[in-house]
Parts: sequence; C-alpha cells; structure tokens
Amino acid sequence: MNSVSVPVSVTPTVTGMSTRRVIGAYLAEVRSECLRYMRAPAFMLPIMLLPTMFYLLFGVIMNGAAGADTARYLLVSYGVFGVISPGLFGFGVSLALERDGGLLTYKRALPMPPGAYLLGKMLMAMAAAAVVILMLLGMALAMGHVALSLQQCALLLLTGVLGVLPFCALGMLIGTLIKGQGAPGMLNLIYLPMSFFSGLWVPINLLPKTLQQIAPIWPSYHLHQLGLAALGMQHGGAVRHFVVLVGFAVVSFIIATRRLRRYG
Amino acid sequence: MHTQTDAVARLCGVVKRYGHLMALDGVDLVLRRGELLAVLGPNGAGKSTSISLLLGLIRPDSGKAELFGMDPQQIDARRRIGVMLQSAMLPPTLRVAELLRLVASYYPHPRPLKESAALAGIDDLLNHPYGKLSGGQQRRVQFALALCGRPELVFLDEPTVGMDIDARRKLWSAMRNLVAEGCSVVLTTHYLEEAEALAQRVVVMAKGRVLSEGSVDALRAHVPLARIRCATDLDAEAVAIWPMVNAAQRDGDRLVIHTSEPENVLRRLLDADASLSALEVQRAGLAEAFTELTRDDEQQEAA
Repeated sequence: MNSVSVPVSVTPTVTGMSTRRVIGAYLAEVRSECLRYMRAPAFMLPIMLLPTMFYLLFGVIMNGAAGADTARYLLVSYGVFGVISPGLFGFGVSLALERDGGLLTYKRALPMPPGAYLLGKMLMAMAAAAVVILMLLGMALAMGHVALSLQQCALLLLTGVLGVLPFCALGMLIGTLIKGQGAPGMLNLIYLPMSFFSGLWVPINLLPKTLQQIAPIWPSYHLHQLGLAALGMQHGGAVRHFVVLVGFAVVSFIIATRRLRRYG
Repeated sequence: MHTQTDAVARLCGVVKRYGHLMALDGVDLVLRRGELLAVLGPNGAGKSTSISLLLGLIRPDSGKAELFGMDPQQIDARRRIGVMLQSAMLPPTLRVAELLRLVASYYPHPRPLKESAALAGIDDLLNHPYGKLSGGQQRRVQFALALCGRPELVFLDEPTVGMDIDARRKLWSAMRNLVAEGCSVVLTTHYLEEAEALAQRVVVMAKGRVLSEGSVDALRAHVPLARIRCATDLDAEAVAIWPMVNAAQRDGDRLVIHTSEPENVLRRLLDADASLSALEVQRAGLAEAFTELTRDDEQQEAA
C-alpha cells in the first residue's frame, strides 16, 4: 500500500477511571435500583401493606385492651414479618426475572463496577425495610399506645435495617436456583410457612411443643429474638442470635455467588 | 500495513462446547481498529457464542479471547466497549434519560447525554419510561446505551430486528457515523443487505467454524455467479443443458439463467435468438453467495 504515515491515536487511550467516577457509578446503580422499584406499585404495595394491615388488625384493633408487653411483642413480630419480604422478594424475584430477561447478562457485559448490582439491590431492600419499621413504629406510638423510649425505637429500626440482609442472601440464593416467573410462588412457599413456624403470626409459646423446639432452624426466629431484645423484652443470648444470622447470611451469599459465577 | 497492534479484538483457535454440542470448533477472528465487521451465519452457527466470548460472558474451553490485548473479563478492557445485546429486558419503569445516565456512569469519559441521544435519534424520547416505548424505539435506546460511553469498539447483536425500513436506515446512518469517528463495530445480522450496505469485512460462520472471511466483494467473488434475464422464445429446458449454465427457468414471459460464465452464455444466447430483448445481467448478491457457501458446507457434511 502507500507509504503515507497516518497518526494512529485519535481516540482517547486513557481508560483508567477516577475513584470519583467509580463511586459515582455505584451511586447511579443504587439510585436507579431504588427509583425503578418505587415506581413499581405491584412490587412495593404488598411489601408495605401486608405487615401494616396485619399489625393494624391483630396488633392494634384486636389487642386494644392487652398488656404493654403483648403490644410490644406484636410490634416486633409484624416488624420482622415486614422486614423479611423486601429481602426475599426484592432480591429473589428481581434476580430470577433479570436472569431470565437477559438484564443480568447485559450488565455483566457492561463495565459496571463489580458488586454494584448487588449493592444496589441490597440498599434498596434496606431502605424498604426502614420504611416498613417506621410505619409500624408510627402506628404503635399513635394508635397502639405502646410505650417506647427513643433508644428502643432506634434499636428496632437498626435491627430491621440490618436484619433484612440475611433474607437478601436467602432471596439471592433462591433467585439463582429458579428462573423467571416461578420465583414469586416459590418465595411465598418459604416466606409464609417460615413466618408462621418462627412465631411471627402466633406467639411462639402457643405453637405445639415440637414446633417450638425446631423454631431455631428458621433465621426469622433469631431476628425475632433480636427484635425483642431491642425493645428490652429479652435478656441475654442476643450475641448468639446475631452470630447465627451472620453465619446464615454469609453461607447463603457464598453459595449464591458461586452459582451466579458458574451459571450466570 | 495491518500489523498486530491494529487488532482491537481477537479470537485465537477458540473451542467451546456445551455438553456434547460443539458451539465453536477452532475459530480465529480478528477485528481491526476502525472497521465494521459483519458476522453472518444461520442460527446455531456460533455467532452469539463468539460475541459472548469477546465480552467475557463465557470462557473458551481452549484457545484465547482478547479485547485490546487483555482478558475480556478485565473491567478495563470492557470500559472501552459498548454493547447492544439481542435480548435484554431493561427496567421498564426507568425513563430513557435515567437509563442513559446510569450506563454512562460506568465509563471514564462518556458522551454528554444530549450527544448520545442525538446520535441515536432519540432526543424526543428522553422523558418516556422505557417500558412504554415501541419495539423499534427500544432498539434505538439500546443503541444509544451502546455508544454513550464513547467506546472504541461496539458490539451490535442483531440491532435492527423488528425495525421498519425507515428506522433501519436511520440506524444504519448512525452506525456509519460511529465508524467515521474511528469506532470499530462488530455486527451480527440476519439481514444480508445490512452487511452489504455497511460492512468493510464479512465473516461467514456455520456450525461453529469460519467458512469465509473477506471484503463484501471478495465474498461475492467466492461465488462467481451471475444472473441473466431476458425476453426470448427459447425453451428454458433446452437452455438449462447448455454448458456452463447452472440453471434456467421461466419467470412470466422472461427467461432467467444462472451461470458462472455470463460472457460465453450471452454470446450463444444472442446467436440463438436474434429477436432477444430486455436483457439484464446481474452479479450475484451477497444473499446468493451466502446461500452457496452454507449449502456447500451442508453437502460436505453429508458426504
């Protein structure tokens, strides 16, 4: 060919990304994850309404004359019940659908910072859990006449916001096992029985003896105990429950990430 | 002229199996800077597998996939590419501008939002939720997402499926603009006219192997076929047995002849019928070349 030399580099060859832009990418991912679910009422309404309506009915209206301890116990029960669902469904359903619809593949092909996808969903679930707990606290204080100190309220909120994480991990694991539309049904098959057997609907001491004995196999049982401790109704053992939940979360998360890496 | 350093992406002797199915059987592929490469082939030819390997979505069983001389799974390599996949259901509740901002945030030096929108012709869609758009509009948004990071290389997997002719032409001109900017493009397509209109180089794949590689003209020359059409009284069956005539048939009042040596056949044709009229001679299009190539492959397979 001819011997005219052409200046080669017209396109920018700098590909390093500044730390500020990497953080920006994480924030953008979190922001759009929150936005897309806040705009999806079919997703947000059940998460918000189910625990609040249950609490209003069983905790406030039907228990108007019950003692202060019962009222606080029910607040924790429905709080935990409400915190599980953004974790299980927020992670599980969206992951199952996005694996099916090709969004996950697309994001893996893009230079999305590693972990931003999971972090976005995690913070979304934590925000939803915070909203659920705040709504229940508002109802408890305004209508249920539950006596709570500011510190107890804060501790319960913290329990909820962090307590959603083991269920994010469980939802993620199930989301890697099931693809597409089957996920919501499967998750309900776990969510509802687990809530019942760990004493979130019916106080645990009213359950048959054997169910009481096996209740500690459910992560929701341990979160319930932690919630009770936050309101000063349980003394001792909080560390053990905390360790069980962390262990459960870590194991589920490791299995789920391995599956994701292997099967996509 | 083209040295090793010109390559922006390459597959070297790549083998990929899915269980017993051989998806890629020793594929070599090189994409050079600033060129538009079209990858053609029937379903199951291995086009998507090749793209997935170059994007780092899957790993080869043997051989090597490289992006800018790096492993495609390295994020620094992928920060220089843009992607439009065949099926990706983007979040329907997010607005187009929000999607553009999100994807642009992954890149070190993205285009301004307005510029990406203008390049893809979606200025008027920015405030619409993605889920409310028509199929063709969604494809244009996906194209905008592919170029919003100012990539040096763009992968377009069947970009114009489901588009009407007008939308397709607009996307073609947007692709030409990208190439004019110095961006390399890998395009897989079922539409041969798309490859013919856009590609500098065409790779034809079938059954996990590269059958041919070269310019559009070189590919056409691979199948030295011409088509002669004319109005004549000659009998189609008689013409069909002439030497060097591959096929001849009637199309209404016209006779259509396929031949690899149009000059010789024409001479004899004009001698045989002095009143012959409405004569047309046409080189084979990419479509004929493509059919011929992939049919050869099937025959070899059967033999």
